[in-house]
Amino acid sequence: MAAENKELQVQDAEKQEITNMGDAERTRARKAYIPRADIYETDDNIVVVADMPGIDENSVDIMLEKNVLTINGYVDPVIPEAYNLAFAEYEEGDYQRSFTLSNQIDQDNIEATVKSGVLRLCLPKAGPAKARRISVKSA
Amino acid sequence: MFRSPFVRRGRFGRSSWTEMEQLQREMNRLFSSAFGESRVQTPVRYPAMNVWTSEESVVVTAELPGVKPEDVDISVVNDTLTVSGSRQPDELQEGERYHRRERNFGRFSRTFQLPFQVDSDQVEAILEKGVLHVSLPRAESDKPRKIAIQHA
Repeated sequence: MAAENKELQVQDAEKQEITNMGDAERTRARKAYIPRADIYETDDNIVVVADMPGIDENSVDIMLEKNVLTINGYVDPVIPEAYNLAFAEYEEGDYQRSFTLSNQIDQDNIEATVKSGVLRLCLPKAGPAKARRISVKSA
Repeated sequence: MFRSPFVRRGRFGRSSWTEMEQLQREMNRLFSSAFGESRVQTPVRYPAMNVWTSEESVVVTAELPGVKPEDVDISVVNDTLTVSGSRQPDELQEGERYHRRERNFGRFSRTFQLPFQVDSDQVEAILEKGVLHVSLPRAESDKPRKIAIQHA
């Protein structure tokens, strides 16, 4: 695949910090970032892949409320003891992002895996939405 | 507070070029104070790296989510560290299609000059949870030595 040899694009490499949380404020005194995500569709699933370096399966929370899927990742910053930070290009922080799901997702069978800092959510599509026929009455 | 940079300051005043430079500096200062100074500079290269130092060693960390350890090359020559590698994209099957693509893929390479010579045999690197952690101990020959003064 040609993309493998492509130089990695860096125009927007900076982590995007969450600055506006709407009504809810954060209770942890730590920065929060919006994880970068890819979403693709297969025959049976919608797959969400999110980059969340520093998380593992125990430090990620996935909540589904009504149609809103919220991903929370908690990162404890790693600070080497007796070292001084000489040069910093990134900061560590939590991750948070929400997606609105359509009704065509089978919400009971969502699967999530975490591998090397990447969260992969598998959202199975529900059976074909039943077509309802709406009869038109004569007035 | 702002003097208009376009006001002429007489025949022997500063040139308009200097005025423009000053304006640019003022604007930069204004923006950086308005949006808050961050200790993080805008990264121009991928991956972004943090460097921690002590008297005895250097620790370099970088966020490389989804990168396999075998796809990362780390080399140390004297006091120069190079981290290179590639991030492989997901291979989509026939009939699969992207709705959204935000993650970057491709090759990357970064080179750092370290504050001292390191013992390249003792360099350790761990890639865990998508975070690379390279620990580089200072070379024994490079450590400061106390010189005892002998009596005459």
